[in-house]
Amino acid sequence: MSTDPKFEFLCRMGDNALVLGHRVSEWCGTAPVLEEDIALANVALDLIGQTQLWLGMAGEVEGAGRDADKLAFHRDVWDFRNVLLVEQPNGDFGQTMMRQFLFDAWHLAQLTALIDSSDKEISAIAEKSAKEVTYHLERSSDTVIGLGDGTEESHRRMQAALDLLWPYVGEMFLGDDVDAAMKDAGIAPDPASLRAGYDQLVGDTLAAATLSKPEDDFAHRGGKSGARHSEHLGHMLTQMQWLQRAYPDATW
Amino acid sequence: MVKPSPHSRPAPAPVPGVVRDTAPRGAALAGKPTLETVWTWLSAIPDPEIPAISLTDLGIIRDVAWQGDSLVVTITPTYSGCPATSIINLDIEMALHGHGIEKLELKRQLSPPWTTEWMTDTGRAKLEAYGIAPPRPAGGPQHCPHCKSTAVERISQFGSTPCKAQWRCTECREPFDYFKCI
Repeated sequence: MSTDPKFEFLCRMGDNALVLGHRVSEWCGTAPVLEEDIALANVALDLIGQTQLWLGMAGEVEGAGRDADKLAFHRDVWDFRNVLLVEQPNGDFGQTMMRQFLFDAWHLAQLTALIDSSDKEISAIAEKSAKEVTYHLERSSDTVIGLGDGTEESHRRMQAALDLLWPYVGEMFLGDDVDAAMKDAGIAPDPASLRAGYDQLVGDTLAAATLSKPEDDFAHRGGKSGARHSEHLGHMLTQMQWLQRAYPDATW
Repeated sequence: MVKPSPHSRPAPAPVPGVVRDTAPRGAALAGKPTLETVWTWLSAIPDPEIPAISLTDLGIIRDVAWQGDSLVVTITPTYSGCPATSIINLDIEMALHGHGIEKLELKRQLSPPWTTEWMTDTGRAKLEAYGIAPPRPAGGPQHCPHCKSTAVERISQFGSTPCKAQWRCTECREPFDYFKCI
């Protein structure tokens, strides 16, 4: 794995989209109703499309001949740079939508900031992706409100999902050397700078959803640095990567 | 930029991944075709997923230019993961090679990102006639594309392709696609 901070940063953006895109695609054919099935598949499709842009650029920056597919399907779990939140299992539909909302709210803020990136290519990818993610956030926040402020059963499930996933929120705002290098180069924002806006938006949505944000802000970490992924990512990769690993030269 | 001309002949029936054209294959051209001619050729290529409209109706062809003896066609994707994108590139290559263009470069342009504002008025009218409500900045269809009633409601923000949402008419009870406004 290269230590070029720009390559690392692009892998983080690409891996977030890839891992969440794959997770969401696991719903294909099994969602509670047809419309939600289609919606989930469409969100997954957008995220996989964004993955191709980010990881495609990462491969170019690295200059070692790896393209987006090579990076997606031929890296092992410790080389993935996604935050822990996106690799968490789908759980029930409510848990999937809570994970989506908690990620979308960060994702849109990050992409909006990246539109002003000093790197023109990153700016263009962010501008394109932000349009799609605006739509994702609209849907996920509506769904969180609808289910949170829904029946007793849906409310209970959404609160449980929030309690389960909240400890994975903090990692999105923790900076490290890669983030500092990106900030100094004017390429990406300081992750901590996005927190206030995030808390405002998430707070408003959770209030409308009649859900209570956990008081403890403890944050699991280790996903975006690759130091310590949760056990779930490896299991996911055995499904996502099996074909390319079993038949490395397979073509479509 | 040269404006696309209207269709000079009916668009061929859509078969994903397969493109037919009527021009003689490999026909040697005396000189470079004008850009206006190229736009006309492009306006005859149907969108692979919504064949009622052409690629120029959709507004995804951003530029056509000669660079020396190479023709450069600049295309912007509708949605980053839209599976039609690679078919569209293939369709453009097949059609232009069929018209005798030998050196062709397809350039992907992400910025400015595609917006439904680039869809032509002809494209909007064709969509509606096909049963898909055209995009509107107001965020929803003007009326049911079938019975024209304004009593419509959203079923889902997403639909059968990334660019569409599902709506229904509470008057004629028909569900229909709405082309999302982005």
